[in-house]
Amino acid sequence: MNDRDPRSTEAPRIESDMAGLVAADTDVLEAAPTAQRSVAARSSAQTILLRFLRHRAAMSGLVVLSLIVLLAFSSIGFGPVPGWWGLDFRVPMPLEDGGRPTLQLWPFSLGAHPFGQDNIGRDYFALAMKGTQQSLIIAFLVGLVGTAVGTVIGACAGYFRGTTESVLMRMTDVIITIPLLAVAAVIAQISGGVGGVWGLGIFLGLVTWTGLARIVRGEFLSLREKEFVDAARSVGASSGRIIFRHILPNTIGVIIVAATLAMSSAILLESALSFLGFGVRPPATSLGQLINNYRSAMGPRPWLFWWPGLFIIAIALAVNFIGDGLRDAFDPRQDRAKA
Amino acid sequence: MRVFIVRRVVVSFFIVLASTALMYVLVALSGNPLQDLLENNSPGREARIAARTQALNLDVPIPGRYLLWLQDVGQCLVPGGAQCTLGLDRQNRAVLPQLEVAIGSTLRLVIAATVLALLLGVVTGVVTALRQYSSFDYGVTFVAFLCFSLPVFWVSTLLKQYIAIDLNTWLRDPEMTYASIVLIGLVVGALWAVVIGGDRRRRLVVLAVATLATAGTLTVLLNSGWFQRPTFGILGVGVVSLVAAFLWSALFAGLRPRTRRVLYANLAAALAGTVLVAVAQPFMADMSWLTFAVLAVLVVAVAVAIGWALGGHTRRLSAQIAGVTGVTVVVLMSLDQLLRSYPTVYRKTGGRPIATTGSETPNLNGTFWETNLDLVLHLLLPTLAIMLISFASYTRYTRASMLDVMNQDYVRTARAKGLNERTVIVRHSFRNALIPLATLVAFDFAGVLGGAVVTETVFGWSGMGRLFTTGLQQIDPNPVMAFFLITAVATVLFNMIADIAYAFLDPRIRLR
Repeated sequence: MNDRDPRSTEAPRIESDMAGLVAADTDVLEAAPTAQRSVAARSSAQTILLRFLRHRAAMSGLVVLSLIVLLAFSSIGFGPVPGWWGLDFRVPMPLEDGGRPTLQLWPFSLGAHPFGQDNIGRDYFALAMKGTQQSLIIAFLVGLVGTAVGTVIGACAGYFRGTTESVLMRMTDVIITIPLLAVAAVIAQISGGVGGVWGLGIFLGLVTWTGLARIVRGEFLSLREKEFVDAARSVGASSGRIIFRHILPNTIGVIIVAATLAMSSAILLESALSFLGFGVRPPATSLGQLINNYRSAMGPRPWLFWWPGLFIIAIALAVNFIGDGLRDAFDPRQDRAKA
Repeated sequence: MRVFIVRRVVVSFFIVLASTALMYVLVALSGNPLQDLLENNSPGREARIAARTQALNLDVPIPGRYLLWLQDVGQCLVPGGAQCTLGLDRQNRAVLPQLEVAIGSTLRLVIAATVLALLLGVVTGVVTALRQYSSFDYGVTFVAFLCFSLPVFWVSTLLKQYIAIDLNTWLRDPEMTYASIVLIGLVVGALWAVVIGGDRRRRLVVLAVATLATAGTLTVLLNSGWFQRPTFGILGVGVVSLVAAFLWSALFAGLRPRTRRVLYANLAAALAGTVLVAVAQPFMADMSWLTFAVLAVLVVAVAVAIGWALGGHTRRLSAQIAGVTGVTVVVLMSLDQLLRSYPTVYRKTGGRPIATTGSETPNLNGTFWETNLDLVLHLLLPTLAIMLISFASYTRYTRASMLDVMNQDYVRTARAKGLNERTVIVRHSFRNALIPLATLVAFDFAGVLGGAVVTETVFGWSGMGRLFTTGLQQIDPNPVMAFFLITAVATVLFNMIADIAYAFLDPRIRLR
């Protein structure tokens, strides 16, 4: 359409504007500069996926996180499934070279104890992997439970309004008043005996939903006034159907982003709690628990302190970048700083 | 407005009531307070169990215990307050005196961290917004994400292990090789170059000048033994005040002929402030908070008066900026005095001035400035650890808010009518970009208080965090509840202030 004189008529200009809009909307601006291009229609899910895949920081985050998950679960195995790393994290072994890490980056070799050994000679790689598994499980559970609870409460408050809303939102206010770490510490203390890591994850999820509930409620408040909700109601759809089939899919972006960020803060929360002695209890272990255990060994055996910390940072950073990428993908209007 | 405040106070009261009830029940249920006694088989076991049952009222059901606690809190609302104890802990000691001791150190930590994070975060956020998509912007974004992902206790332990010990060792014998001086200069220079920006030539010039200036200053300071006996001297205070006065006028009023008088008024104010400080020098040695406050108010008032008198037709603006200059003089003077008392504190702390445990050196018996320098040195590392997350969120938030405002129509209008860039940024964009931050500060406060629990544990402070953790470990609800009471009231209060401030700053918002 470059060969047209832009001043010739009114109609082609509008047409070209429309084409430009479509092109911008589907992210194919740089794809086809020729006149006879056909603009491939993309569903909004495809658009979002494409935007996410182009977010460099988010993709590196995704790769790092996948590698960590793969490493943690394949190396020492999970449950009855054995892993490729032969040593057990519970068995003390004779100390070699004072338990120093044998990991070599160039030329790459793992050695007998890549992350070293702790003060009684247990293989620290196996221990760190076990801790990573547990921390990942807790983060995932907290994200899952917190998101589910927050979504349901926010959706009910936003959709039903009236008494339901005031009761639910006052409840949220009450929990927001208490510092998260404090309420989490108390909850963790209670759940300490119940169900170990899984119990802790679920219980923590029960106190971390407040922020999401507020966001979801806000979205519902505006969406429930839209025409498509009126249309659904007028053909006799039930409240449950309207909430879950009509409104919720429109808020899914916000929820996914919040869930991702909730997982990264859950990793940090769990480690802080374990550090204070309220989180995971021995003999169970987690990254925070490892740091707490070996804090006093900082001087003579610094690697006992470094490895779990680095894993926490790597996981939290990766998840944060993924969350950022998701946010940009779902809501491109926001400022897109590609970190 | 009044209706809004009354309604909010009433609602907040019930929210605090509900949250304390919830927490009391949860804490009481979180374990068996007699556990350690039951496991112990020593003779007087039964008597001790009976004593603790008596102390914690374990024979009363939990809701009843909550009411008893509420009654104890209610005593504090009675004038006189002789009965005001906030309940007894399990050793039968009143909680209130413990809280009074604890709250001071915790508030110092929390306020220092919040103020520092806010200042640094806002400045960094504005610069990243103005240099969007520059390498500085990307760098800060990455650092902010890193700060979001750092476990506070891990950083605290690292700071304690490396920064404190190494810095203390270095301070004992402050020397640097030429290579490290050049390296530090280059790093600082590169930072300035990316912050100031511009084309390649300008950036190279900035890099060269900043590198030379930094390296030169470092060399002079090292060779003159400044790190053993640091001071600005009254001359230094004067020079830095004049530079600050120049910068503030350039930033807030511009250097056009029309506002030339603002600059002159500010330079005069800085000079007058310095003279005042110099005159007050003999009284500095034995100062109290009262005399300090008197001096500070005097300096600022004189500055404002000079700004008003010499401001000409821009006297309002001139007086405002002169006030900022006056505050700068006071801050510089305090820094100078703190630095001067460094050698004494260094001696009294046995040559390890940067502390890693506790919130103050016991039995310091120093002057006003020595005591305060000791407090500052104790605050240094915990504040650094605790402010990282707040700093990151303030940076991100200011940046987003600033970019948002810069794309508004009224900013385009301001540019279109020919205002210069400084006016557009400082007067039109920056002020409006700060409005949403009011809410963030309120929410952040609760988070920082939570973070303080962890940091206090690492650095061995006996603050509110200690009250909370030991109380919770011993299933002793009253100390824990004292912590909750403070945080809950603070959170509710800050949220209310944020809402009011928001309505005050943004007239489009109406409070109902």
